[in-house]
Amino acid sequence: MTTAVTSGLSPVRRVLPNGAVLIAQETAFSPAVTFVVAFHAGSLYEPDARPGLASFLGRVIDRGSEGRSADAIAEALDDRGVTLKVTTNRHVITVSCTCLAEDFEDMLALVSDVVRQPVFPAAEVEKRRAETITAIRQDQDNPAVRASEMLQTMLYGAEHPYGRPAKGGLDAVERITRDDLLAFHRARFAPGAMSVIAVGDVPAARVFECAGRLFGGWNAPTPPLHDVPPVAPAADRRVVFIPMPAKSQTDIAYGFVAINRLDPAYYAYWVMNNILGQFGLGGRLAENIRERQGMAYYSFSAFDPSFGPGPLVIRAGVDPRNVERALAAIDAEVGGLGTEGPTDREMAETRQFLVGSIPRMLETNQSIAAFLHTVEFFGLGLDYDRRLPGLIAAVTIDDVHAAAAAVLHPERAAVAVAGPAFARDFGEASCS
Amino acid sequence: MGPYNAVMSVSGTLPPGAALRTIRLDNGLTVLVKEFHTAPLVSVWCWYRVGSGDEVPGLTGVSHWVEHMNFKGTANIPRDEMKGIVERFGGTWNGYTWIDQTTYLETAGKDALDTLLFIEAERMANGLYEPAECESERTVIFSELQGAENDPDQLLDTEVTATAFRAHPYRHPTIGWVEDLRAMTRDDLFGYYRRHYVPANATLVVVGDVDTDDVLRRADANFGRIPAAPAPIRRRPAEPAQIAERRVHIEREGATAYLKFAWHAPAVTQPDFFPMLVLDAVLTGAKGTSIWTSFRGAPPQRKARLYTALVERGLASMVSGSIVPTAEPFLYNISLTAMEGVSLRMLEDAALEAIERVRQDGLTAEEVARAKRQLRARLVFENDSVTNVAHQLGYFETVVGPGFVETLQPAVDAVTVEQVHAVARSRLSRDTRTVGWFQPAGRRA
Repeated sequence: MTTAVTSGLSPVRRVLPNGAVLIAQETAFSPAVTFVVAFHAGSLYEPDARPGLASFLGRVIDRGSEGRSADAIAEALDDRGVTLKVTTNRHVITVSCTCLAEDFEDMLALVSDVVRQPVFPAAEVEKRRAETITAIRQDQDNPAVRASEMLQTMLYGAEHPYGRPAKGGLDAVERITRDDLLAFHRARFAPGAMSVIAVGDVPAARVFECAGRLFGGWNAPTPPLHDVPPVAPAADRRVVFIPMPAKSQTDIAYGFVAINRLDPAYYAYWVMNNILGQFGLGGRLAENIRERQGMAYYSFSAFDPSFGPGPLVIRAGVDPRNVERALAAIDAEVGGLGTEGPTDREMAETRQFLVGSIPRMLETNQSIAAFLHTVEFFGLGLDYDRRLPGLIAAVTIDDVHAAAAAVLHPERAAVAVAGPAFARDFGEASCS
Repeated sequence: MGPYNAVMSVSGTLPPGAALRTIRLDNGLTVLVKEFHTAPLVSVWCWYRVGSGDEVPGLTGVSHWVEHMNFKGTANIPRDEMKGIVERFGGTWNGYTWIDQTTYLETAGKDALDTLLFIEAERMANGLYEPAECESERTVIFSELQGAENDPDQLLDTEVTATAFRAHPYRHPTIGWVEDLRAMTRDDLFGYYRRHYVPANATLVVVGDVDTDDVLRRADANFGRIPAAPAPIRRRPAEPAQIAERRVHIEREGATAYLKFAWHAPAVTQPDFFPMLVLDAVLTGAKGTSIWTSFRGAPPQRKARLYTALVERGLASMVSGSIVPTAEPFLYNISLTAMEGVSLRMLEDAALEAIERVRQDGLTAEEVARAKRQLRARLVFENDSVTNVAHQLGYFETVVGPGFVETLQPAVDAVTVEQVHAVARSRLSRDTRTVGWFQPAGRRA
């Protein structure tokens, strides 16, 4: 066995003359490769009149290209046991693929066709539209999704790209046309807005040769990156209740707008979030709500910043009769950490956990590819996995207390509750 | 070190690494070790041959509740240290319970090895089961149950499974029936724990950047002092043959209609199992054999029979099939989400027509060859890390027995077109199926 990842990553990066970024990391655990091809083409870049367009494009981009029919693509994938996963977030559309090493060149060629020359056949657009509508209806019946989407809207506003539902609404999806898809593709898919990252049992030289051949001749102007619009700070607490009387459990989404990924305080917020709602079963939140009070199977917090200020979101699923108690417990933990800051022991434990978990974060080809994409996307540098322990270790207890004091204010929280509870169970007057 | 019975295994389905070493401690604990030096990590899994299929009426859900209690403190690890002790090594931890097995895992930096073995030895022998912790966990499990009920597809799955089985304990959900969860006592939990958590009923699996002899010494030091006790004898009532179609209709508030079929599937050791695995790949795309990793992504299925017949024709937004390696015959499930505006009647007729066509006309050599290629790829993908290799080793050791995991790839290779056609004919008949509908209230069938 080779030992490519024994002491940190050793990725190699090349930029083609047309601006395309290529990154390769060889690993040798199994004869497989994972590659991702990512574009700055997330929902941030949708025309205001076409919410849901980026997400919809992700569903249909791999259903026919100038060189390959939908059927030919289906056959090529199924013959090799491969699936393409297309994910769309606020900033990026990512096509990812895991295949046997022997199929790497064929699959990269297929993905190159798909991202460069999709044709969005009318029949495919209609089929995926119907699937999207069913998926939106499923979301509407899911208390966890309803609470989370409502919270995003409460935090950012319905018109903000971080505030509107990524799939768009039913009406919006009905309105999307094939011409919209072609225009969005033309506007956002270009080599200068693309990163190709390949991780697995393939030498870097072969990745560069192959990707250079497939993408090197692609010329299109690099589209501009958009700034994330500013977000108005919250002045007071807002609570919204979404009644779903047929459900058994109530979902709570509770949160704040925090900072962006490149803010110098990022590492302090990361440590703070780990203490609040990650460490162990789910930090202080799970210790209170699950372990001491036995109220919920899950309660945790998540912090997801990007170029715009990311949300710090607390989630819990509780018995409808316990909504008030659970909210009181969340308020107590949020307020407590904000006021008093973390303990020395929490600092030590979380530092050890975050530093120690870096090798595990890089355990599979998929996780390495995701890590390298983040590194490229935020410009963190190819040695980031080796610098990261120092960045985490440098966070002081005062830094974390300052982060907590800045954001954790129950009196300014946005709270979305979806489930069978009656509004009066937790104060009708506060519901909008 | 005690007198181990060393068994060397041949290489087959798993990535190469060093040879797998299997030994048995004096107290009956089986230990499997496989070295990989690609990353400075170790994955430790401790498996118990007990699951919800071993439960008797009145105690459904006890295996899963016991699993929860085994994170709530031991004689030498306080409750609030059970996870932190792993996380201080940057480790991740988890556990799961299913019909044939219960398992606990940690993956962490290799320096954590001794600590991880200590945790698992404590879990095996010294669980506290404090009454107040048992009570607090009761409501946590109610919450887990309610969360699952929020999902119509899971609700339908529970009802279909309970209808497809009459006698075999695979019929009740792993989480248990809520009435049993209300009635169960601390003594029920502790008694069950003591009977099943004995060395002879367990398998310890260690995979990663370790030295095999060192692991065996440390395993003996941590587990060797746990007294031997007889492994419980598994006695499960046999399921009587099904002689007529069974149907379940759920009608309640919801947005989307769901359809589910269940047929009785072969156990993993029966000759029909691998032909069924290939048949499922032809019908709905290959998932592989790992229940730990198969949830990570959709299977390749754009050319699969039911995808082309139902999703491509706009009748369903999703189709999935499920055949899982189990100790005794479980179920082959096909699950469908109806497209907006498509009735369950129409969807059921179209699905059955596509399945009948396979049963009547058989399959092409090309489709079977494609399904086998897909399975070959999935067997590689599901063994892509020390954690996932350790899962497969422990899973098959516990559910089937020694050496089976290495036979998966050859067994898939050996499947013929005729065998796949034969299992479609013999196993997917009308009289042996259970059909479940979830109908949003107010919508017409």
